[in-house]
Amino acid sequence: MKFIRNIFVLVFFYFFLINYSWSQSASEFISSVTNEASNILSSKLTDVEKIEQLKKIGENAVDIDGVGLYTLGKYRKTLTDNQKKHYKELYRRYFLKSFSGRLVGYSDAKIAVLSEEIKNEKYTIVYTKLIGTTDRPEVKIDWRVYTKDPENLLIRDLIIEGLSLARAQKEEFNSIIINNGNNIDALLESLNKFLEN
Amino acid sequence: MKRITTLCVLLLLQFMVVKKAFSDDGEVKDCFETLNRVTFAFNMGLDKVIFKPVSKGYRKLPSPIRTGTSNALNNLSNLITVPNNILQGDFRSAANNSARFLINSTLGIVGIFDPANSFGFEKGEKEDFGQTLGVMGVGEGCYLVLPVLGPSTVRDTVGSLISMNGGDVWYNVTVRDDEEYVKEFKESDYWVSRATGGVDFRAKNLEAFDSIEKNSVDLYATVRSLYLQDRKKKIDNSTGKTEAMDDGDWDTLENQ
Repeated sequence: MKFIRNIFVLVFFYFFLINYSWSQSASEFISSVTNEASNILSSKLTDVEKIEQLKKIGENAVDIDGVGLYTLGKYRKTLTDNQKKHYKELYRRYFLKSFSGRLVGYSDAKIAVLSEEIKNEKYTIVYTKLIGTTDRPEVKIDWRVYTKDPENLLIRDLIIEGLSLARAQKEEFNSIIINNGNNIDALLESLNKFLEN
Repeated sequence: MKRITTLCVLLLLQFMVVKKAFSDDGEVKDCFETLNRVTFAFNMGLDKVIFKPVSKGYRKLPSPIRTGTSNALNNLSNLITVPNNILQGDFRSAANNSARFLINSTLGIVGIFDPANSFGFEKGEKEDFGQTLGVMGVGEGCYLVLPVLGPSTVRDTVGSLISMNGGDVWYNVTVRDDEEYVKEFKESDYWVSRATGGVDFRAKNLEAFDSIEKNSVDLYATVRSLYLQDRKKKIDNSTGKTEAMDDGDWDTLENQ
């Protein structure tokens, strides 16, 4: 009887844990990611160590390939398979360098999750605010979370005070391509230059 | 009469430019990109030599002084916001901002303090003539970069010209010297307030600007995108929910 009871308890916990991982909300996901980043930023690690840790967060929490393709806009349809492969590789390195570089300067970043809005089965917007300090005003940050796979939530965009960073990057990349006679290689060259610096 | 004629001509020019200022995908065209990029480089140089160092110095001032300065400048901006609230038919905000201006200019000592907030008159969004033209349905026109002043569009530049042609009470009593109403102010007061506003804004965004500058592959295009998004957001008054990008844009990614 005791054996059956133990089995029952184990099964119960198994389903409880599975259910918990399935039902992690977008808000909880963002809260966990921002807390992790905040702990790294306020730690006594060196900047180089912080950057390495932040890159790991970026790898796990952001849909880098998806954002990379989105930022190509209409030009993603014109990529050859080789170009696509090369671009994805470059973009991943570019994104992680840029992402960690942007964050590492904020040693006192505290983010409060306010609410979430489920837009459809694929996207939920999580509303947060970066707590203000004496030097910096409070900043509203909305997160576009890709929820198609509920077990693997991913960030696709950050909207800071209503301004979409993915969109800004898309327009930035498109500008480089257009100003070089619609040549995608010019963008690849710019990304390479950025990575070399 | 001359002023009205000038405005009519400007608006006519604006409509002419607006007609040709949109690309096929509805984005604002950068018709003068070569010139804009030169002006942008000039402005960046100016920022490096003047605005950034001054803003860093400003940031070293005690917090209450910076807050007071920021409050006073915000209070002054009500002189443009209120007429635009009215022009946009937003009489509730016009009443709220008028009350804020009256209370903060008197009890708040020329706006340094914000007692109006304690009386329930909460700070609202700033409005200008460029936004009002947008609300009235006038398109952005081509993107422009103005020397010193920075990013703009033809429509927003027309908005600024309206301010300088009678639309801004603060400009009228200082630069245009409308002595029949107020005699105490000088032209330099206007320019000092504008320059301080620029420094205050820059100081609040030192890290953000550095981050954008450091991490952009085409800084000019990034600033253009952020400016145009910001203006659209302000004209739509979409302060609450995220409307920065619709799902359709992302859905095209899903379908590939």
